[in-house]
Amino acid sequence: MRLFLISLFTLLCLSNTAMAKDHFLIPGGPGGGWDTTARGIGEALMKSGLSDNASFQNMSGGGGGRAIAYLIEIGDRQGDMLMVNSTPIVIRALTGQVPYSYRDVKPIASIIADYGAFIVRADSPLKTWDDAVTELRKNVRSLTIAGGSARGSMDHLVAALAVNAAGLEGSRIRYIPYDAGGQAKAGLLSGEVQMLSTGLSEALEIAESGQARILAITAPETIPAYPELPTLKSLGYDTSFVNWRGLFAYPDVPDEKVQEYIELYSKLLKTPEWAAVRDRNGWMDLFRTTDDFEADLQAQEEQLRELMTELGFIQ
Amino acid sequence: MFDALMVGVDAAFQWNNLMYVVVGCLVGTFIGMLPGLGPITAIALMIPITYSIGPSSGMILMAGVYYGAIFGGSTSSILINAPGVAGTVASSFDGYPMARKGMAGKALAIAAWSSFTGGTIGAVMLMVAAPTLAEVSLSFYSGDYVMLMFVGLTAIAAFSSNGEFLKAMMMTIFGLALSTIGIDPSSGTERFTFGQPDLLDGLSFLLIAMATFALSEALMNVIKPDKQKDEDMGKGNLGSFKLTKGDVKEIAPSVGRSSVLGFLIGVLPGAGATIASFMAYAAERNLAPAKYKKDFGEGAKRGLAAPEAANNAACTGSFVPLLTLGIPGSGTTAIMLGALIAYGLQPGPLLMQDNPDVFWSVIVSMYFGNIVLLILNLPLIPYLAKVLVLPKPLLTIFILFFSLIGVYLVSFNTFDLFMMIGFACIALLLRLLTFPMAPLLLGFILGDMIERNFRRAMLISDGSMNWLWERPLTLTIFIIAIVVLFVPLFGFMKGRLNKTTATPD
Repeated sequence: MRLFLISLFTLLCLSNTAMAKDHFLIPGGPGGGWDTTARGIGEALMKSGLSDNASFQNMSGGGGGRAIAYLIEIGDRQGDMLMVNSTPIVIRALTGQVPYSYRDVKPIASIIADYGAFIVRADSPLKTWDDAVTELRKNVRSLTIAGGSARGSMDHLVAALAVNAAGLEGSRIRYIPYDAGGQAKAGLLSGEVQMLSTGLSEALEIAESGQARILAITAPETIPAYPELPTLKSLGYDTSFVNWRGLFAYPDVPDEKVQEYIELYSKLLKTPEWAAVRDRNGWMDLFRTTDDFEADLQAQEEQLRELMTELGFIQ
Repeated sequence: MFDALMVGVDAAFQWNNLMYVVVGCLVGTFIGMLPGLGPITAIALMIPITYSIGPSSGMILMAGVYYGAIFGGSTSSILINAPGVAGTVASSFDGYPMARKGMAGKALAIAAWSSFTGGTIGAVMLMVAAPTLAEVSLSFYSGDYVMLMFVGLTAIAAFSSNGEFLKAMMMTIFGLALSTIGIDPSSGTERFTFGQPDLLDGLSFLLIAMATFALSEALMNVIKPDKQKDEDMGKGNLGSFKLTKGDVKEIAPSVGRSSVLGFLIGVLPGAGATIASFMAYAAERNLAPAKYKKDFGEGAKRGLAAPEAANNAACTGSFVPLLTLGIPGSGTTAIMLGALIAYGLQPGPLLMQDNPDVFWSVIVSMYFGNIVLLILNLPLIPYLAKVLVLPKPLLTIFILFFSLIGVYLVSFNTFDLFMMIGFACIALLLRLLTFPMAPLLLGFILGDMIERNFRRAMLISDGSMNWLWERPLTLTIFIIAIVVLFVPLFGFMKGRLNKTTATPD
C-alpha cells in the first residue's frame, strides 16, 4: 500500500503536463540533445519573466516521428505547444524512415546552431585538416572516422561532406559507428580510431581538457568566440554544414500566433538569462524566423538529398 | 594527493552536503524500487535543482540518486520479478525464486548487504586508484568487449541445468533475434520494422523485461495458482529477515570477488552495471562447488549476492571514466557529465587538479551514502516484504498496474503497451511449455551489444578477423570464453560417454 501511494505521487509529479503557458514537446527521452534544448529555453523563459510557466513533455519513438504526428493531431487543441527539433527531421524524412517532413508542420524559428567538428588525439601525427586530406588522398580508406550514431546519420554525413569537398570520394570513407557520443570519445582516446566526427560543443569540451585537437569545423564563417578554429571554407574546401535546433508549431497555427512567438523569442534571445543558459551549454545563437528558416531548411534538404543519394541512402 | 583528499573530506562533511547525500539516496532508493523509473529520468528531472546548489553538492546529490537507484532496484526484481533497471535483471534470477520459497525477507537482506559491500569496496577502489584506473578505461577495444560479453552469455548455462539445454538455447536465440529489430547501426538500414516507425528505435529493454518477467508471471499466477504457497504467504510467513552466520559465510567470498570484478567492469565505458552483474553471476556459477551450483537459477544465495554486489560496484566504477576522462559510460553518467560542464567545470584529466574539492568530495560522499542506504533499506525490509502477503488477486492487479505504467512512463507511447501485451502472451505460452525466460532477456541485452561491437571491430580492421588475435587482451578474454564454454561441455560429453559404455554391461 505504501509503495502504491508513493508511486501515485511520483506519477502525479511526472505527469505534470497540465497545459501551462508555454508547452514544449520533446521528441526524445530526458537527457538528450532535444531535451536539454527545450528545458534550457524553458528555464530562460521563466527566469527572464517572459513566461509564468513552461512545461515539458517527452515523447520518444519512431525516430522522432511520433512527436510530429502528435503535434499535427492535437496541436490546435493544446494551446501553446511547440515542438523542438533539429537536422534529423530533414535527414529522416529524406530516407523515408519517418513519414513526415518539416513541411507537415509550421517552422517557427531556429534558435541555436551547432557545427560539425573533426578532432584527433593530442598526440596524433595529423596536425591540420590538410594533413588528414593528404593522408586520405593516398587512400581514402586509410583513416578511420568515428561518430556517436549509426551510419547515415549526421556524424557520418558531415564527414562524407567534408571529404567530398576535398575532391575525394566521401562515399568510400571508413565510418565507424559507436552507440553514443561518450563511447565514440572513448574510441578516439583509446586509439581504436584515428578521427572523430562530432558536434562543435562536444569537440570544444574534449579539446579544452587537452586530450584532443580540433582540425576543422563546418561553420560557414569563422566563429567570433573561437577565431583560432579553422573552418573548412577558410582552408579552401568549399562546404559548410549547420546543425540547427529550432521550434515548430502545428500546421494551421494562425498568423497572429506566429507573430507572438517570434516576438517572444526575439525578446528572449536578448536577455542575460538566455545568454547564461546558452554559454553554459556551449551553444551558438542562430535566430532565423519563419520564411528565412524555411529557406534554410530547403537549402539543407537539397544539400543532404544530393549527398545521401551519392552515399546510397536514398534510392 | 593526501591534501586534496582532505579538501574532499572537508567538503563532503559539510552539513548541507551530508543532507544532499541523504536526500539523493532516499530519492534514488524509491525511484529504483518502482519498476520502470530508472536513475536517468530522476537525474534528468533533477538538473534544474542542482544548478542552484553548486558543483560539489550537485554531483553528490546526483551520484546519490544513481547508486541509490541501483541499490533499491533489486527490490522489485526480488519481490515481483519485475526488474526495473537492466542492472538488476540478474538479481531476479535467484532473488525471485528465493522469495517464492518463502525467503523474501532473507533475499532482501542479502541484496542490501551485498549492495552495501559492493558500493563500499567500489568507493575504496575509486579513492585509491581512480587516476591510475583511467588507463584501464581506455584499454578495451570493440573486439575486447565482444569477448567480454561472450563470457557474460555463458550465464545461460545456469538455466539449462535440469536437462533443458536445448530450450535455454532456443530462448537465447529468440532474444538475440529480437535484439536485431530497428535501425542497423553499421549500415543504417531498417531491419524487421515492417514499415512501423514505432519499431525504428528497436524494442526497449524495459518492455521486454516487464512483459516476459513481470506480466507473464502475474498471468501465470492467474492460470496456475500455487495454493499451498499462497496459504503460506497468507499466514505472513515471510521467513527470517536476518542473515545467519552460515549465510554470511556462504556469500562473503562471492560478494568480495563480485565487488572487485564489478568495479573493474564498471570502469570500462562500453560495459557498465548490466554486463557486470551478468559477468559476476556467470563467474560465481562457474566457480561454485557442485553442491551450490545446482541451486543457481532456483534460489541460490550466491546467485543473488554476486550480481547485487557487482552492479553497485560497477556503478561506482563508472565514475572513473566520468571524472578522470570526461567519458560517460551510460545514459545516466552522460547526464552528469552535462551537468559538470554546465557548472563550468572541465571533466577530464584536469578536473582533479583544478577542482579537487568536487572530485574528492563526490568520492568521499559515497562511503557515507552507502551507510545511509543500508540504514534506510534494512528497516524497510519487513514492510516491503509484506507486499507478498497481499491477497493474490490484489497483487496481480498491482503488478499489472506497475509494469504497464512503468513502460508507458518511459516512452509515452501506447504502441509499447500493445507490444508488451503481445510479448506477455507469447511469454505465457512459452512458460506453460516450461521454457526459461532469463536466457531470452540475456540474449536480448547482450545480443545488441555483441553485434554492435563485433561489427565495429570488423569495420575497424577493414573486414579481416585479425582483431581476434592481434591484441593479447582480446586473445586472453577469448580463451577464457572458450574455456568457460567448453569445459562444462566436455564434462557433459564424458558423462554421456561413460553412460553409453556402461549401459551394455
